[in-house]
Amino acid sequence: MRVGTGAAAHAVELTWAGIGAPILMAVLQLALFVFLAPLLIGVIRQVRARLEGRAGAGIWQPWRDVRKLLAKEPVHAADSSWMLSVGPIVLLVSSLLLCVLLPLVGTLALPLIPSDLFVIVSVMLIGVVALALVGLDGGTAFGGMGSSRHMTVAALVEPTLLLSIYALSIPAGSSTLSLIVQTRLQTPAVIISPVSLLAMVALAIAIMAETSRLPIDNPSTHLELTMLHEAMVLESSGRDLAWLELGSWLKLAALLGLLGNLIVPWGVLTDFTVPGLLLGAVAVAAKVLALGTALSVGEVFLAKARLFSVPELLAGSFALALLAVTASYLVA
Amino acid sequence: MTNRDTPDLNSATPGPPIPHAPVPHAPVMPAAPARPEIRVLVRDRLRQEASALLDSGNRLAMIACHDDGDALRVVYSFAGVFPRRQVDLVVPVPYTDAWVPSIADLSYPAGNFERGMRDLYGVRPADHPQPYRLVRHGHWPRGWYPMRRGARVTPRFEPDVESFPFVEVEGPGVYEIAVGPIHAGIIDPGHFRFSVVGETIVRMEARQWYMHRGVERLFEGRRPADGLELAEQVTGDTVVGHSLAYCMAVEAAAGIEVRETDRLLRALLLELERIYNHVSDLGSLANDVGFGIVHSHTQRLRETLLRLNKTVTGQRFLRGGLRIGGARVLSLPDPEVLRGVAADMQEIIAITLGHAIVRDRFTGTAPLSGAQARAIGTLGYVARASGIDADSRRDHPFVDLGPAFHVVTETGGDVLARYRVRAGEFAVSMAVVIDLVARLGEHLGSGTSVDPAVPGTGLAFVEGWRGSICHRVELGAGGVLSRVKIVDPSFFNWPALPVALADTIVPDFPLVNKSFNQSYAGNDL
Repeated sequence: MRVGTGAAAHAVELTWAGIGAPILMAVLQLALFVFLAPLLIGVIRQVRARLEGRAGAGIWQPWRDVRKLLAKEPVHAADSSWMLSVGPIVLLVSSLLLCVLLPLVGTLALPLIPSDLFVIVSVMLIGVVALALVGLDGGTAFGGMGSSRHMTVAALVEPTLLLSIYALSIPAGSSTLSLIVQTRLQTPAVIISPVSLLAMVALAIAIMAETSRLPIDNPSTHLELTMLHEAMVLESSGRDLAWLELGSWLKLAALLGLLGNLIVPWGVLTDFTVPGLLLGAVAVAAKVLALGTALSVGEVFLAKARLFSVPELLAGSFALALLAVTASYLVA
Repeated sequence: MTNRDTPDLNSATPGPPIPHAPVPHAPVMPAAPARPEIRVLVRDRLRQEASALLDSGNRLAMIACHDDGDALRVVYSFAGVFPRRQVDLVVPVPYTDAWVPSIADLSYPAGNFERGMRDLYGVRPADHPQPYRLVRHGHWPRGWYPMRRGARVTPRFEPDVESFPFVEVEGPGVYEIAVGPIHAGIIDPGHFRFSVVGETIVRMEARQWYMHRGVERLFEGRRPADGLELAEQVTGDTVVGHSLAYCMAVEAAAGIEVRETDRLLRALLLELERIYNHVSDLGSLANDVGFGIVHSHTQRLRETLLRLNKTVTGQRFLRGGLRIGGARVLSLPDPEVLRGVAADMQEIIAITLGHAIVRDRFTGTAPLSGAQARAIGTLGYVARASGIDADSRRDHPFVDLGPAFHVVTETGGDVLARYRVRAGEFAVSMAVVIDLVARLGEHLGSGTSVDPAVPGTGLAFVEGWRGSICHRVELGAGGVLSRVKIVDPSFFNWPALPVALADTIVPDFPLVNKSFNQSYAGNDL
């Protein structure tokens, strides 16, 4: 391995610890989450089915669905454009990028690509826009309706996401997510500070909205007129639908992973060792599945809010995030 | 913007007095159906007579047209509660000059009956304010009136040349959402066209009438006893309601008396049908706001009830219990099972109404005011949720249901009011059924079955779970069915849906539609 010159201040150290380990961790994170995301959805659905007294399709059903869809030729509407094929890929890629950038298995930072909060939110927004364009492209009323609702929710969610993570970044003194997680690991008292709790609640609501869960959207409805996320994918089929589903699931899994690491940062890999890497992978998988189970249990008790009260809910979460930021300056 | 399918309620005059004033429960005399008063009129006298009947508190129950072979005949059946009376206005109409003066301006439902009559019999309602087709599908050949005697049963269908003229709402930001006729989920076909600004519904038009099966025509020429199996299949979810109305209309036509125990048994079957449908819909309403666990439990209870139904008549949807002139069941329902379902359901209703989000979704959603409900002529729980105290079980009783029975009304007219009326009716029906089982003792019905051999005419009202069902039966020579006219309450209630939807938001439509839950099959025969 070639050793970096270190001449420039920002030059990357081309060492194992500087580049090899983070890349290995990122690849592992990617593989783990691609495997985990459908499983997470399977667990969520199965838990819900059991709580409702149904047998359920089993936790591997989403995997079988994806495999089936991938083998199928997509059918496109007559007047649709290339967006219908490209959009799903863009969404998938943005979700995969999230899995690479977020501190999930460990906090080793990739050189040159910061896991900065603004980068993360921007990457997520790419997926959001791609999905909205897919919804519009079919030219149906349902798709357009879904896209319009989706963008309304997105416009209300993104500021909350930014602000709540910003509140968390103040104790760390950095907007880099891996550093935030590390800080929480080193000084666990930060986790239960009022600032952190406010920000976590705001973040949790924002993540529920971003991933189209109850009470914002009902992922299991067949009523087109009530749909947000599902309305946009109505015109997609086959491979396109598989990418859309996988992309959305990956986003949910990655965001739950982030939430898990912020609440319970233990188990996260900070210095590269092989057992540490495995421990990190197992820890994050356990956190994601535990949060998924909690989400599913929580959803049983929830109903879908009236569309016009969704902005109120999201404004509430924004207010919490704002309070968190204000409090962090006042307390600090 | 003209109102083509919906009544113009802003200009509507206060209308006739409420036909059904509230009365305290009194033991009603289970009498044989009142003999209708028949007045044969010339066309010019119709409007005057109809107007007088409507003004004196009678309700238009149906307009039925008949093809007698030598001429057409239109029968306007009115029903009153105080005093209890039935009046048939009979207007002969020659083939060559087939028209009647429209009474659509006197009664909104009359307008729709007239449009249906024009499509099926070719009798033109003169000066009709909404002279558009109703039942006629675009593919029907011109000049083909399927209920005329000479009409070929299956015509050669023609291309649909006149597309359905939906009213286009114009203005900045108005867009259309087209839903159906094929829907997600297993329901009958109907097309809904929403004109929307943002998320607010400016106007909704329903295009229905996709499933004309010629049910009324299929009755013609059958023996009355053979008509029963058809009556059971008018709509799959109202087996007892429609078959009982049919039986009672035949019995009224032939003057058949039914024993009291058999009438009690009929009341029992009717309430069992109401119970399983109310349970199912109370859960579906929660499901439509994403509260799935309630739906799962009501599905469990519905299945329990359907299995109980099977022990009663041998069929899950209660087919086979009724005979003309009697009733017969295999066993009476187990009161313990019913009490268990009632207790579970009370808990489910409490959980549903105690849920803040569900409560918010139900409250104030798509209100139908009492004045609107009255002007449209709504029936059943839709009417009762808007404060109209009408129930054929009390207004046209065939048996005394006992002290447990009372009519549930609400005044809100919104989804919550419709939910509460049905929740209340569920509890009342449960109490009535448990009481009826005790009153019947070991009696399983006489099983009397009569096939009348005399001509006659009979009209009957039965409060099915959706509302008042009305059948009018004419028996020809030897008792053969010459005409059966069926009116499901959905025929009266469907037009109320677009009216209630004004200013409702699009994502609330499925919930509102479910709260009305009108029948497609019963509407389009």
